[in-house]
Amino acid sequence: MSRRTIIPFGPQHPVFPEPIQLRLVLEDEKVVEALPAIGYVHRGLEKLAEQKDFIQDVYLVERICGICSFMHSMNYCQGIETLMDITVPDRARFLRVIWAELHRMHSHLLFLGLLADSFGFENLFMQCMRCREDIIDVMEITAGNRILLTTCCIGGVRKDISAEMFSEVHNALDRVFKQLKDLHPAFADDYTVKKRLIGVGVLSMEKAVELGAVGPVAKASGLSMDLRQSGYAVYKELGFSPVTEKAGDCHARMMIRLRELDQSMDLIHKAINMLPEGPINVPVKGNPTGEVAARIEQPRGELLFFIKGNGTKNLERFRARTPTFANLPPLLHMLPGYQLADVPVIVISIDPCISCTER
Amino acid sequence: MELLRNLLRNSLSKPVTRLYPFEAREPFAGNRGMLEMNPENCSFCGVCAKRCPTNAITVIRKPTKTWSFQPHQCIVCGYCIEVCPKDSITMNKNHRGPTF
Repeated sequence: MSRRTIIPFGPQHPVFPEPIQLRLVLEDEKVVEALPAIGYVHRGLEKLAEQKDFIQDVYLVERICGICSFMHSMNYCQGIETLMDITVPDRARFLRVIWAELHRMHSHLLFLGLLADSFGFENLFMQCMRCREDIIDVMEITAGNRILLTTCCIGGVRKDISAEMFSEVHNALDRVFKQLKDLHPAFADDYTVKKRLIGVGVLSMEKAVELGAVGPVAKASGLSMDLRQSGYAVYKELGFSPVTEKAGDCHARMMIRLRELDQSMDLIHKAINMLPEGPINVPVKGNPTGEVAARIEQPRGELLFFIKGNGTKNLERFRARTPTFANLPPLLHMLPGYQLADVPVIVISIDPCISCTER
Repeated sequence: MELLRNLLRNSLSKPVTRLYPFEAREPFAGNRGMLEMNPENCSFCGVCAKRCPTNAITVIRKPTKTWSFQPHQCIVCGYCIEVCPKDSITMNKNHRGPTF
């Protein structure tokens, strides 16, 4: 009769970017059950958001996550603009999309590096990080900082991108395109990578719907759902349709993100070509009143903010439901039946951002 | 096999990483490094202190006019620079050196 042991996976593990504990119940080498324990990076940001005024909250909300930070501030600004009936100028909407897609690219490259690291392919991890540095340099040139851009503000954006900066953007995207031509076959066609990823951590479409998977986890299981289809910011003008895969395993989740990298590059080129002249922000007067649920497509999936204002400069309630929080139940469903050595690969394949989850 | 071309190119070229601090890159022009304050222009209105998201700035008007700043609390967002009516706060593109 096989023995059951409980192994604590985390909270500190070399493969995790942030701490989460999964207590794995193992029978010999096979995972039978996974019990999560979260709360290691809870910072009480929702409570803090009620104590700062709604304009200072833009800077607070940006710091919920250190990977997808621009999307948080963009979603927050879009929510407050809906509450206060503010019309954002067109140039600002295009600039927001350019920065958002650059953020998506850097986040996906980080994911690819961490995934390669999780199955031991350190050289590929390093190459992904090198490629990512080109994107981050572009963000530093255009916004002044590598990840925490603080360019989004209520009513538009705070900084403009000049023509010289756009030529840097084009040069960087050309370099990234060339590097991705080397990296793409290494991920998609390499024999050992396929052996580690195909058939591992399968999530069927029915289970993805039942458990509420979002983002690339849902798209890899065949669900064509991406909030950019709703046309917020300028995605309607740019034209967008989500990429999907059918297999629902780690390889499919990785292929989704590889294809989204190419898609983001196209979106950035289109946005730069269509960028109109004009003001970059409008003045904000008054305080927010009412409730709004603002949603945006983050690199990891659907981000939902519930913002409630009561006419004062402090918000009454700010609630953030991040995509990793929604993807945790599918993760717990994906783990049983696989070997202990597959656990890091499966956990990284949902692209966990625990600092987002725990705020 | 797929990375063979990449491997050959990397082994024949020099490392990508810089030997910091012996080789340092000049910060880009718009880099948000640290705040600098010019007290001659300041009118001690206190708007920067009210707007600062982290309460890094303190402005006292009585008995003596004081403007004080905690650099470790500052997140270099630049909100104070935007709201200052006298333009007495500016952004320096170089980062503050290590302190304790």
